[in-house]
Amino acid sequence: MNERKIRILVAKPGLDGHDRGAKVVARALRDAGMEVIYTGLRQTPEQIVNAALQEDVDAIGLSILSGAHMHLFPRIIGLLQEKKMDDVLLFAGGIIPDRDTSKLKELGISGIFPPGSSLQEIVEFVKTHVRAA
Amino acid sequence: MKPTSENQFTTISGHPIKELYTREDLSGLDSERDLGRPGEFPFTRGVYQDMYRGRLWTMRQFAGFGTAEDTNQRFKYLLKEGQTGLSVAFDYPTLFGYDSDNPLSQGEVGRCGVAIDSLADMEALFDGIRLDQVTTSMTTNAPASMIWGMYLVTAEKQGAAWKDLSGTIQNDILKEYIAQKTYIYPPRQAMRIVTDIISFATRHVPRWNTISVSGYHIREAGSTAVQELAFTLRDGIEYVEYCLRAGLQVDDFAPRLSFFFDIHNDFFEEIAKLRAARRIWARVMRDRFRAINPRSLLCRIHSQTAGVSLTARQPYNNVVRVALQALAAVLAGTQSLHTNSLDETLGLPTQDAVRLALRTQQIIAHESGVPNTVDPLGGSYFVETLTNEMENACVDYFNRIDAMGGMIEAIELGFPQREIQEASYQFSRALERKEKSIVGVNEFEAEDEKPVEILKIDERVAERQCAKLEHLRSTRDGARVRDHLSALKRAAQDSANLMPFVLECVRSYATLGEMCDTLRSVFGEYQEPAIY
Repeated sequence: MNERKIRILVAKPGLDGHDRGAKVVARALRDAGMEVIYTGLRQTPEQIVNAALQEDVDAIGLSILSGAHMHLFPRIIGLLQEKKMDDVLLFAGGIIPDRDTSKLKELGISGIFPPGSSLQEIVEFVKTHVRAA
Repeated sequence: MKPTSENQFTTISGHPIKELYTREDLSGLDSERDLGRPGEFPFTRGVYQDMYRGRLWTMRQFAGFGTAEDTNQRFKYLLKEGQTGLSVAFDYPTLFGYDSDNPLSQGEVGRCGVAIDSLADMEALFDGIRLDQVTTSMTTNAPASMIWGMYLVTAEKQGAAWKDLSGTIQNDILKEYIAQKTYIYPPRQAMRIVTDIISFATRHVPRWNTISVSGYHIREAGSTAVQELAFTLRDGIEYVEYCLRAGLQVDDFAPRLSFFFDIHNDFFEEIAKLRAARRIWARVMRDRFRAINPRSLLCRIHSQTAGVSLTARQPYNNVVRVALQALAAVLAGTQSLHTNSLDETLGLPTQDAVRLALRTQQIIAHESGVPNTVDPLGGSYFVETLTNEMENACVDYFNRIDAMGGMIEAIELGFPQREIQEASYQFSRALERKEKSIVGVNEFEAEDEKPVEILKIDERVAERQCAKLEHLRSTRDGARVRDHLSALKRAAQDSANLMPFVLECVRSYATLGEMCDTLRSVFGEYQEPAIY
């Protein structure tokens, strides 16, 4: 049943162009044997959710460093619920202060990886949680 | 750095370092030809004869958040605390030429910088600050002509003459495609805007630095020190070539080109990088472009300590990193310096954190004794060898990019983007394998970290900004705005210099979004290939 590779969308919501982290993570996930689709920069919540639907992904990794996460993440989560895609694993990285972390986890972002997180940790997280779902 | 494999020591960029450097390493060095005296060709030892004995570097902290009124308060605070120049950070909507009430601006207004929608905001930003009495640096690229236009008109309204204005606009669009990614239009159209600005400034605002050719963002995106040096200076060459093609004379505009580098952790590598930059640029300007004016040969440098080197874990360690990086910048002969605040990997800096960062520079300037003599590391076997090696590696990159047809062509091929990406991934892997260390992150971790205070941006900024826009649109002369926007459009379709048309739009209180949309309708928008 689980022969198919894990499919992941790495997405950059918001206007910031800091794509170093997103690209390094995308490549690490690919090197770990997953199929990775990277959206490119400045994707609206609608574009991200549509891409996730079309690509039939198991997980979405969101990267944002502009500080707009408390506006954009809830919209992405809302759209996923609308499309009955609640089973898609959500994780996020970037500049996300501690004070926002618990709120985002409550909303449904399962993993939050601040600057300095190890790539191995992210890969393991995805493997464990996608398989568990 | 520790050995990456048996007996191998390398810089943070992976450049091999020997156990000992001696006179033998400098056998090919001709000190007259390769070093000269400070203020003399090839300027390896500094662009001015007396350097900091004559005047200290400019302490210039990048600042901006919330509304123009909020940032105006921060500017006045920084000036009161002894800062000697201003530097404006704009929010993302402003960098992309979207008004604050554009749906794409949602959640971003005033967050990473100050929100500027029109001349009215620029007037508020500098309220009570005489623009002929300060120098201002503005980090704006794709909409640089409009933001600078707003600054010029604000000065005009204060009664200041343009010839007395001094400052810098970043206006370096090439590194946007390579690294920072706040582009709007496609590269070739964007280059026209850049040359229009340079040409206009050369005639009307002669003390303005028309461009700050930037390696900072290239390095932050993950390049090595050599890649930063090479891509930045090759971008500089591209601008000179485009200006010459636009009919300008090299010695008329070259003296106002300036540069901006990142100062990362590897102390000597960074010092060698700035020394090499000055020598390479002087040689390029003399030999490749036949510049005669000595000021055309100067690589004047603004430096900023490396944001990417700051850690979210054990953030107080960042104070030490910044101090070392700032010391490297000063030993390397920078003309101005921004020191990062300890909390900048968590959010925009608090006022206390900014003051500590500024004090770090002041301690180097007034207590360490380092500024007493010029280029104190000149002649060091190690530093001179590293400087030579960086120059050679940089020239190799120039040759490869020249062979592609130039920097625009290289960007279109994705060459610098891929080089940076590869370096960035390799560095991340080296961290994972603990071949490179980050104290407090992959070594010397602590369990009991105390959180630091993080600046919170007022959530009502966007509301206030949108209300200001609504008021502006209902009180300005709408017909006049439309006329000037149409004139801008016709000028864009033609080949006229766009600056005078932009200035007229600004004076009529056209918004930034309206002006940028006008040019979008003619030039189109750039979409980058997503390479990873």
